[in-house]
Amino acid sequence: MSTPETTPQSIEETLFDAIAEIGPDRSDITRDATLEDLDIDSLDLVEIAQLVQETWGIELDPQEFGGVKTVGDALDVIAARVLVL
Amino acid sequence: MRRSVVITGVGAVTPLGVGADALIDRWAAGESGIEDGLGRCTQFEPARTLSRKQMHRSDRFTQLALVAAAEALACAGWDDELPYPPERVGCIVGSGVGGVETFTSQQATLDARGVDACSPLGIPMMMPNAASGAVAMRHGITGPNWCVASACAAGAHAIGTAARLVQSGEVDAIVTGGAEAGIAPMVVAAFARMRATSRTGVSRPFDARRDGFVLGEGAGVLVLEEAESARARGAEPLGELLGYAATADAYHLTAPDPTGSGPARAIELALEEAGVGAQDVDYVNAHGTATPLNDRVETEAIKRVFGDAAARLQVSSLKSAIGHLLGASGAVEAVATVLALRRRLAPPTVNWADAEEGLDLDYVPVRAQPLRAEARARRAVGISNSFGFGGHNAVLCIAA
Repeated sequence: MSTPETTPQSIEETLFDAIAEIGPDRSDITRDATLEDLDIDSLDLVEIAQLVQETWGIELDPQEFGGVKTVGDALDVIAARVLVL
Repeated sequence: MRRSVVITGVGAVTPLGVGADALIDRWAAGESGIEDGLGRCTQFEPARTLSRKQMHRSDRFTQLALVAAAEALACAGWDDELPYPPERVGCIVGSGVGGVETFTSQQATLDARGVDACSPLGIPMMMPNAASGAVAMRHGITGPNWCVASACAAGAHAIGTAARLVQSGEVDAIVTGGAEAGIAPMVVAAFARMRATSRTGVSRPFDARRDGFVLGEGAGVLVLEEAESARARGAEPLGELLGYAATADAYHLTAPDPTGSGPARAIELALEEAGVGAQDVDYVNAHGTATPLNDRVETEAIKRVFGDAAARLQVSSLKSAIGHLLGASGAVEAVATVLALRRRLAPPTVNWADAEEGLDLDYVPVRAQPLRAEARARRAVGISNSFGFGGHNAVLCIAA
């Protein structure tokens, strides 16, 4: 669920940490980096959706990442769901 | 004419260290990698070889296989690229229990936190074929690929099965072995409940005081190539896989047939394929688990096959130094066998001191011994025995 400290910055930080956990170097993870460049595939997106649910209590279907190309796009999808609360 | 199979690369991660040299050097020195009653690969640091993504997506048994395979391929001179078309190279890696750490931890997650908390990586990490798939992916090997699962004989069965693919001409070369990371609480408990593991935590194969095996983990990988193809590319083989045979006891789920007829038949058939007589075998790398039954039955089987020649055989068990690596044991033992034969020595059965009536072979107690003079003058021949719960017997005959 949304907590007072949930901001675009905190979402970005949480997502970047999660992506780093999955594999890519933290320094390569930027808003403009593409999922392809970071070698993020469908299994990784399921893990990211799982993280969203665990962190913010929001059920996110990994399909919602369907049109996502960059990390920034993924952040927008998450923020649209998380910050609306 | 039958195609010959040569061994051109070996790799191992074991409780004696990372690398096949660490394995043979330390075993030959009579050292043990067993600590606190377990054979853990304490020197294994997967991050040195694997990317974070590879580690995130793999169970420990797969990580052990990846590191052993990278060593074996480098040893074969395959570092940069495969010397054959990728579809002409196979990969068969065996495992006894697969990703059991992943399996049990995901079960715990399910119980504690429900379905939504379970990892999407659960299945691809726990499946016993994960190691074989990961090795092929890492090195771009696109020929036949699967996992052999036959408990403690899986590593030897994998190598034998792989050799058959080379002999038949289905592949020019194959990466093969076994991997296991089964030191999970459930596995430890289950083996203890069936009284298969040692209560003292000391691995004493063939010794009167033996009280079960010590559970270990690790991986062994070999590169096998068709002999002419290997020669054509200028490879220098470490040894040759002369023969392989597999039989079943069809007797009991866990206990060996006390007559030893199943293992004996496997040894005979492996020697027959190798074209090697009982008198020509120098060294036996025993299954030697240190369970009361195995060591007695294995000794019987050896005597049955070798007759009078059994008395001059040098027989030792690597499990005395690293414990029982389950589905990896046959592969690690094959690696150790080829390296021991090359050095013309029989590494020791560590901890052996007390003889038991009927267990009267030369178990090479405590200190390594040179192979007999005639073996030093020609190529040395050894066999490596592996037997598994379910009544599986697999024997490899190796020359170097």
